[in-house]
Amino acid sequence: MDKVMSDKKVIILYILPAFLLLIVLVYVPIVLTGYYGLTRWDGIGEREFIGLANYTRLMSDGMFWRSAYHSFLLAVFSLLSLIGYLIISMVLAGKIKGADLFRKIYLIPMLLSSVAIAQLWMRIYHPTNGVLNRFLTSIGVDNPPLWLADTNIVLFAIFIPIIWQYAGFYILIYYAALKNVPNELVEAAKIDGATPWQIGYKIKLPLISGVIKVTIVLAVVGSLKYFDLIYVMTDGGPNGASEVMASYMYKQAFRTYNFGYGSAVGFFLLVLSLVVTWLIRKATTSKEDEVQY
Amino acid sequence: MNKKRLSLLTLSTLFFIVLSACGQADPAPGDTGGGAGDGTGGGEEAVIDFMHLWPAGSSPDHHRIVSEIIAEFEDANPGITVNMDVLENEQYKNQLQIISSSNQLPDVGMTWPAGFMQPYVRGNRFASLEDILEDDFRESFVAGTREAYEIDGTTYALPLELNIAPVFYNQAIFEEYGLEAPETQEEFLNVIDTLVDNGVTPIALGNRDRWTGSMWYMYYADRLGGNALTEAIERSGTFEDPGLIAAADEITNLVERDAFIRGFNGLSDQEAKSEFMNGNAAMYLIGSWDLPNYTTNEDVPQEFRDNIGFFKFPTVDGQGSIDSWVGGPGVGLFVSEASDVKEEAKEFVRFFVERWGDQAVEDAGVIPGTQVNTAEVDLPDLFIEVLDELNNATDITLFADVQMSAGVAETHLTLIQRLFGLEVSPEDFAREHEEALQEEGGPQADGDAEESAPDEEEGATDEEEVEESTQDEEEVDEDAESEE
Repeated sequence: MDKVMSDKKVIILYILPAFLLLIVLVYVPIVLTGYYGLTRWDGIGEREFIGLANYTRLMSDGMFWRSAYHSFLLAVFSLLSLIGYLIISMVLAGKIKGADLFRKIYLIPMLLSSVAIAQLWMRIYHPTNGVLNRFLTSIGVDNPPLWLADTNIVLFAIFIPIIWQYAGFYILIYYAALKNVPNELVEAAKIDGATPWQIGYKIKLPLISGVIKVTIVLAVVGSLKYFDLIYVMTDGGPNGASEVMASYMYKQAFRTYNFGYGSAVGFFLLVLSLVVTWLIRKATTSKEDEVQY
Repeated sequence: MNKKRLSLLTLSTLFFIVLSACGQADPAPGDTGGGAGDGTGGGEEAVIDFMHLWPAGSSPDHHRIVSEIIAEFEDANPGITVNMDVLENEQYKNQLQIISSSNQLPDVGMTWPAGFMQPYVRGNRFASLEDILEDDFRESFVAGTREAYEIDGTTYALPLELNIAPVFYNQAIFEEYGLEAPETQEEFLNVIDTLVDNGVTPIALGNRDRWTGSMWYMYYADRLGGNALTEAIERSGTFEDPGLIAAADEITNLVERDAFIRGFNGLSDQEAKSEFMNGNAAMYLIGSWDLPNYTTNEDVPQEFRDNIGFFKFPTVDGQGSIDSWVGGPGVGLFVSEASDVKEEAKEFVRFFVERWGDQAVEDAGVIPGTQVNTAEVDLPDLFIEVLDELNNATDITLFADVQMSAGVAETHLTLIQRLFGLEVSPEDFAREHEEALQEEGGPQADGDAEESAPDEEEGATDEEEVEESTQDEEEVDEDAESEE
């Protein structure tokens, strides 16, 4: 086996399929999108090269920056929710009764498709028949909020299912990481008289910081390019109050036939995600060096 | 990486790869047919590729009629085979855009009128159908329907469907409160106030979809502004017409009276419809495509269907004609410019449209673009009434978002949602429309998105206009060149 694996030809043979697929399915389209972003194109007729005009327009496009702000808010909320997930996983990993059951309960939303989740939450938020407003009416609220129709709250109303949707995913990651913390270290700390709080904060947390770092990147980048629930539940409305960058890109490219401009938005989104990932990595590197063991 | 996000990413990437693959492909005209040579017709072998959007699963009646007509056509024209390719509505729209970017449209396919067609016609993708319209076939369409597929005087597609939008109402609810179908705005407001006072939701509206609210605005615009809306879109008038502002004001008035269902801006049309179908709202403005739900659809309780009537949108302060409707054709058939069996394809389109007109209403509940003799067809009363109204219609105003180019339509729809949400004043509503229309520079340039991208050079714009006009009409060709 070692012989086979040291043969360069074999290595290439094994790497090639995935490599080619990646090139053709990911990198080529990225380059092409970058190129389309420099053209004026309705997606049907002739393409015309217009240089950076799409990006100049992007810089002064109020609607784009509004959607970028919404994406940014979502990223902030996702980050805050990570703290909640971490606490829940610490509790679950702390050998409480029924931890197994709870873990499964938290994981279930992850098994549902986004569209099913959207449909479910649209029922919950329905202005008159929805579970939520029925409950509010029954406890005496006269004018319960119009969750998905009120421009002031629609964004937050959508954040809740998004955060709910990914809870299981992050809890599972944290739970697995916490279970990997060597038991001897915890025992030793206990013998030295550490409180459960100290064990959590001073021992477990630093030991899983690598995982935490990954989840931060996942949460932030995932938020920046978030699309599905928003597309199904509100389509960015009412009046753009829940528009995010990805849904704005979709609208530009496929609804208003500004394919060139849509590509520019998409490419900008990609660059933004890369920059943010790099920034997060940079901001967390020093910590990593400290806790490496 | 999260699986869902990953799969979405893969999906969108796939999308782009498909697009780019198409973009790379050589636009080889005549690539599409796969059939025999130059299409001289007659007994020669020919294959017509036909793409439509009525899958057997979701539109069984439509699908069956289409297959029957194709079989008939093949029998009548030995040697010609028709290949069907069927996609669902949304996929169809995306697919059409993608394959046309590499000039690989099917020989015959379906399109929507006006604004939707424009990029395709400007990109020289659709063939002119004027040559099959030379005889009285041209007269067989309901007035105004064929014209919706006309660009600069040339017809590029022929309508299969036609819809008008009546206000459907629940007669049981109206009777309970001693109300009658209103004919004027005063009576209409009276109906609304009575219902609101009795705690009944007057109107079901799913304005998340926005075109639903647009229909309400269209009616007031028609009643108060006459042709002002169409003129504004065609750029022979302005959107800041007093009639169009007054129309927006009427909408505000209705919203302030709580005429519409709670949370309408967050509800989809489907959700609003189910409120109406459950008897939770008294009125519902929708296109006649919904008629089967109130007549023949066995899944809807008989009692409910018996209770449903419709009334024509009221006149406002004696202005406007009650027989003027908002509506428009739905899908129509086009022939690809790049087809190598163009003659056969055009024959097929003509055959299809004629046969469709005979069968569509009775078998599928679709009102065809061709005139229907109501004395001869066997249909529920409500259907006949609507068809009769259609024959009496003095004017049919095409849905605004269909009339407009894609870019302006998006602005219009967003403004509609804001207007209904009381977030924009009627004056600003009109002003922002006017600005969007001005920016597009009229229907000559729209759909191409070229006006929306910044372009400072005068010369470039002129050149484009010349280029466009040459694509549209060949006669203009010489003039344009001499101008240059």
